[in-house]
Amino acid sequence: MLKILIVGEHDGKTLNLATLKCVTGAQGLPDAQITIALLGADTAAVAAQAAAVPGVHKVLRVDRPENAHALAALYAPQIVALAADYTHIFGPSTSFGKDLMPRVAALLGVPQVSDLMAVEAAYRFRRPIYAGNAIITVEADPARKLVATLRVASFEAAPSTGGSASIETRAVAVALPSHTRYIGAKSGSTDRPDLQTASKVVSGGRALGSAENFKLLFSLADKLGAAVGASRAAVDAGYAANEMQVGQTGKIISPEIYIAIGISGAIQHLTGIKDARTIVAINKDGEAPIFEVADIGLVGDLFQIVPELQRLI
Amino acid sequence: MQKIMVCIKRVVDYNVRVRVKPDGSGVMLDGVKMSVNPFDEIALEEALRIKERVGNVEIVAVSIGVSDTQQQLRTALAMGADRAILVQTDTAVEPLIAAQTFLALAKKENPDLIFLGKQAIDDDANQTGQMLAALWERPQATYASKLDIAGNTATVTREVDAGLETIEVDLPAVVTVDLRLNEPRYVKLPDIMKAKKKPLDVTSLDALGVAAASLLKTVKTEPPAQRQKGVLVKDVAELVDVLKKKGLI
Repeated sequence: MLKILIVGEHDGKTLNLATLKCVTGAQGLPDAQITIALLGADTAAVAAQAAAVPGVHKVLRVDRPENAHALAALYAPQIVALAADYTHIFGPSTSFGKDLMPRVAALLGVPQVSDLMAVEAAYRFRRPIYAGNAIITVEADPARKLVATLRVASFEAAPSTGGSASIETRAVAVALPSHTRYIGAKSGSTDRPDLQTASKVVSGGRALGSAENFKLLFSLADKLGAAVGASRAAVDAGYAANEMQVGQTGKIISPEIYIAIGISGAIQHLTGIKDARTIVAINKDGEAPIFEVADIGLVGDLFQIVPELQRLI
Repeated sequence: MQKIMVCIKRVVDYNVRVRVKPDGSGVMLDGVKMSVNPFDEIALEEALRIKERVGNVEIVAVSIGVSDTQQQLRTALAMGADRAILVQTDTAVEPLIAAQTFLALAKKENPDLIFLGKQAIDDDANQTGQMLAALWERPQATYASKLDIAGNTATVTREVDAGLETIEVDLPAVVTVDLRLNEPRYVKLPDIMKAKKKPLDVTSLDALGVAAASLLKTVKTEPPAQRQKGVLVKDVAELVDVLKKKGLI
């Protein structure tokens, strides 16, 4: 039997949807028994949520005051202490998992499969390289533990109810370093859906021309109940916040509908959206590469189209 | 602050559209333009700016790769690094082995800071910096978009999914940089000439006591599934109509 440990991502209150996607990914492994580890100051609430996910065998709670913030240097040795009983250690390919999991892998002395997008066998996986321009199949040695981050856009979220996993509290007796300290966070969070997991996304590029003009997209998004994303060019130009960036070095997303407005469609951007169910492109340049991947395209001036679109929906 | 080590990777240039070999054995790299990984340029730029602020800091650019990687290290020297070290090897080095190699260099050089790009744009692994920090038993500050150093402490703003997070790390530390930390300088011709005279040492994995190993075997390389080109609609009314029919809005 394969024993999978998923490092759960949460904010102390809610289990991140990325963790539910990891559960689905782990279920693709043959004969897998899935455990979710939760580190935090008080994980009681999120542990109850994790235990309700069908297919989860056990939830491990590691509560200590130092775990209030997800610092990789503190979390990694604790994950390593838990890892002894497991064959596979998975985390989500989010900024949380990308920061933490390689540190875990190095402490275990094993390689990591980043952005695992498909399971072919217990130790055989597919992952993208070169901004998604190539997909490689990699094989790992079954004699070693397998550490991976799972590309969240590649997996549906597991249901959040119906399961009844046992919850265990674990005291992990490892000394934690004091060399890394959390200071604070500035979140651009709004009442809009989370970009990473939204089913609808409206996204803008450099053609918006200013942060002020981006308000057009926020307004359209609010009418649609959509999250708002941006191309790297728009973020670099200061029109949109960094956490809105979609693409190779930003967020990789898989919404039901992605509306790209004034985005030309650089390959690095396209790699972030190619798992979207439907892509709509609005751009004044009919030759823009975004139209090569769009399901529905409309050539024209976004400053006329967007307000009209908002009126008609 | 006396010494900063910057790890640099030679990668296929950002503007090259990479294609998969028909036999699935890898991607076509013959005659393709190679460059410094763009994130590593940002890493080096940050080191140079620290040097310009505090003075008297030695910047060592290091890389692992084929003999031609000297070209990328010369670029780093032209940008302003003081000296360079190439760990020459003809086999591709995975992130864990790269981290072990940089650890061996760190133990020789004893830098106060090690900068790396957050990921290389070839394998997109996003691992080496974190692995190096783990093996070195030092702090990591990944995805840095702002960095302040005061005494023995670095305050780093990190780009995370929810926005920006600030942490404080004691030096020595490993910092991996994100896109918006800075804009790397252009190299000027006189600097290229000057760079030719700067020291570039070549060593090997063997000499550093690192065992080359392939831990993850790549058994197949394929092109990604292509999306089908869709339809063009003539106006907003038709767009709304199509979206409504598909149940998307």
